[in-house]
Amino acid sequence: MSATWPPIRMIVNGAPRKVSVPPMKRLLDVLREDLRLTGAKEGCGEGECGSCTVRMNGELVNSCLIPVLQADGASVETVEGLAGDGRMHPLQQAFLACGGAQCGICTPGMLMAATHLLDRNPHPTMAEIREGLSGNLCRCTGFTRIFQSVIAAASQSEPATSEQSSQAGSPTSGIRQWSDHAR
Amino acid sequence: MSTAATTRIVGAPVPRKEGVDKLLGRAQYLDDLEFEGLWHGATVRSTIPRGIIRAIHFDPRINWSEFTVVTAFDIPGRNYIQLIFDDQPCLADERVNHCDEAIVLLAHPDRQRLREAAAAVRIEYDPLPPVFTIDDSERRDVIVWGEDNILKSFLLEKGDVDSAWSRAAHIVQGEYRTGAQEHLYIENNGAIAAYSEDHGITVWGSLQCPFYVHKSLMAVFNLAADKVRVIQAETGGAFGGKEDYPSIICAHAALLAMKSGHAVKIVYDRMEDLAATTKRHPSRVRHRTALDADGKLLAMDIEVATDGGAYRTLSSTVLSRATLHSPGPYACPNVRVRSRAWATNTVPYGAFRGFGAPQAIFAIERHMDEIAAAIGIDPIELRRRNFLRTGDTSATEQIMRDPVILDQLLDRALSESSYHARRARFAQENQTNPVKRGLGISAFYHGSGFTGSGERYLNSLAGVDVTPEGTVRVLVSSTEFGQGTNTILTQIAAESIGIDYADVVMAPPDTGIVPNSGPTVASRTSMVVGRLIQSAGTQLLQMLREHAGLGDAFTREEFFAACERYRAAHGEVVSLCRYQAPPDIYWDDETYRGEAYGAYAWCVQVAQVAVDTITYSAEVEDFWSVQEVGRVLNPVLAGGQVEGGIAQGIGYALYEKVVWQNGRMANNQMTNYIMPTAEDVPPIHVFFEEIPFAYGAFGAKGIGELPHDGPAPAILNAIKDATGVSFTAIPLLPEDMFARLAEPASVEEPATV
Repeated sequence: MSATWPPIRMIVNGAPRKVSVPPMKRLLDVLREDLRLTGAKEGCGEGECGSCTVRMNGELVNSCLIPVLQADGASVETVEGLAGDGRMHPLQQAFLACGGAQCGICTPGMLMAATHLLDRNPHPTMAEIREGLSGNLCRCTGFTRIFQSVIAAASQSEPATSEQSSQAGSPTSGIRQWSDHAR
Repeated sequence: MSTAATTRIVGAPVPRKEGVDKLLGRAQYLDDLEFEGLWHGATVRSTIPRGIIRAIHFDPRINWSEFTVVTAFDIPGRNYIQLIFDDQPCLADERVNHCDEAIVLLAHPDRQRLREAAAAVRIEYDPLPPVFTIDDSERRDVIVWGEDNILKSFLLEKGDVDSAWSRAAHIVQGEYRTGAQEHLYIENNGAIAAYSEDHGITVWGSLQCPFYVHKSLMAVFNLAADKVRVIQAETGGAFGGKEDYPSIICAHAALLAMKSGHAVKIVYDRMEDLAATTKRHPSRVRHRTALDADGKLLAMDIEVATDGGAYRTLSSTVLSRATLHSPGPYACPNVRVRSRAWATNTVPYGAFRGFGAPQAIFAIERHMDEIAAAIGIDPIELRRRNFLRTGDTSATEQIMRDPVILDQLLDRALSESSYHARRARFAQENQTNPVKRGLGISAFYHGSGFTGSGERYLNSLAGVDVTPEGTVRVLVSSTEFGQGTNTILTQIAAESIGIDYADVVMAPPDTGIVPNSGPTVASRTSMVVGRLIQSAGTQLLQMLREHAGLGDAFTREEFFAACERYRAAHGEVVSLCRYQAPPDIYWDDETYRGEAYGAYAWCVQVAQVAVDTITYSAEVEDFWSVQEVGRVLNPVLAGGQVEGGIAQGIGYALYEKVVWQNGRMANNQMTNYIMPTAEDVPPIHVFFEEIPFAYGAFGAKGIGELPHDGPAPAILNAIKDATGVSFTAIPLLPEDMFARLAEPASVEEPATV
């Protein structure tokens, strides 16, 4: 059973990793089973729900649709790599303060999509936020507080324009009050 | 609001208790758990909707000695899933009554081999004629359950409906239908089981109600209570979809674990989950309503029919809630509700947020707009003239003792949405714009907690303890699946005891550790279980003051020092409280009279909808929800519950259609079963009016189900406002609108008799 498959090399969350697995094994399964990074989830197995979202070479992908051979030599970022030095990423802090996570199963993928959005567009409009997160399904929140979380994270470095926050309502004032718990 | 100033933690937007774990991606959901030597399990299911099982063939090309194979004959106890009645087998043995009914279970260490083997099992049947719809079941040409296809019926009567018709100035009737709805939690159903002679069965599951599973496993395995242990893993959404089904998948995993001698995991993929697990009951509700010349209700004659699927499961209690919510939030002297749940050959319908209320409220709130049109009164005015008010009597002759503020909720909804100004603007714009806009409202209540005497039967036990490490733990079987149980209950405990939120944690959701605080359903956790935790906190302080010298005012250190003194003298520091019904609660299960619910949450919603008359698509553009849920315990979580429920309600109305083929869900993929995305959900404006409820935790009533009850009728009322066309069935898809809007002169007046 343990045939010797040619090694696949990836940089995962900044660290070099090597696995010997069947080349058509899904990147999602390699991350979860071989590298024990279980943050990315399987919700549908067909690229609809986005709960398996990771970044590969800087692009947002559904890891359930990627045969791992395509990831050979790639840089892969997962939710486990977002927090650094014991401090949560501003998006993680904003999700905590604004109620952007409920059951949490879509959250790792949602955070990756939101990170990707803000990396490319630090102050997105509401329409851009909606589009940026449209590949990630959340059944709990109705998305409203996810939008607020993204706006809150975007406004942490510089103040958001009024136009950005007008549609989703202002982010909760709890964000600063409780940010100590967010670590 | 009177208590708002006196609490520190209750009412504050404290962060979700398990939020950091979820945000870091380290929360352990079922499929994330690691086990040594784990085998995987698979389920072979029926491919026909009804028939006799003649034989099970195992393809000889598979080496079956590598596999563990389980059929009904391997069940050590009773082959029934215990819920309310015993009619659903754990594994079908002689006959199947719906597609995707489990017949054979397989386990193997390798998932790929398992898939091949599952495909190599063939079931031979003698097919029997099936029944697929309420109307077919009702015709009784084919009897598929009992003697008459009726799974359950209720009759609720107040006053004398039959004598009212002759006095009526108007009689309006209508028929309203709702379809099945899939929960679409993003985490599919899953379970892991282990067995040993000494410890019996241990299962880990994605589930809502650990003690439901516990009770069911005891019966299937004929084991004593202490030989069955159920542990909830982090659960990725449930919405009722993990109330009853986990009893099945956990039993399946446990049967495989017992026979194989290995821990066995069963995790459904999306297609299996959609095809084989429960959905919301489809319904057909008929109203015949008598009004006087002033538009006051004289009589409501209501007939509720639900499709229960192949077995009784929870259909009786869903029907009960549908019955009790069918007259809407209106005062009427004469009410009759005749309700029936019908058997069909589909997967049994189960619990889903709202539990019969969304179906019933869709009908009455659409019907109110139909009445308004028929008798020429504004729909808002019609509602106002008939709203239940404090001191009025409901259809079950419950006197509304607590304040009912529907007028206030309606006023606020109208002003927050600038209802009249918008409506005037749309009337102008619609004359020339191919996109027609309209506004619709819905007004409704949702009964908090179990119906009638249900909470007394549950007899819930919950409490707090203090560990030697200096942590207060909340002891409940009430589970977290996104709705906020962990946060709310630890807030309540911290508030009640007078310590910090950070000093309180949840005890593990493990039947070997926590008492049975009842199922996590029915909008009961904040109100009922929360109240027990509040009382347990007060009782703990009393214990420490009487027996461990705790002062009236104390620091954190003094509190935990007192706990240690108490521990030294009494061994452990634990305070448990058992449910006590509020006084003056009376309910008669036979006549359906009395206090149907201990408390009601109230809501008025407004939907703004745009109908594109070129593409026939309807889009919800804006949404307002004003509710009274008692005291709001955590504004961030409460707002999130309302917004999420509304989004699900929008899906119920306009997107989510289960397509049936021969009794099987044909569109069992996320590609084909469409829920609202980030692009589809409108801005949702949420407002709370707070009237603390005397018997709820710090004044809380139920909140979780309420928001899902109202969007569908509000949206279809808005579509009528926009287009002049009345639609009476959901889901309402563009093709359904095309069928009506494309016809000339398709405007159909409601039937006035």
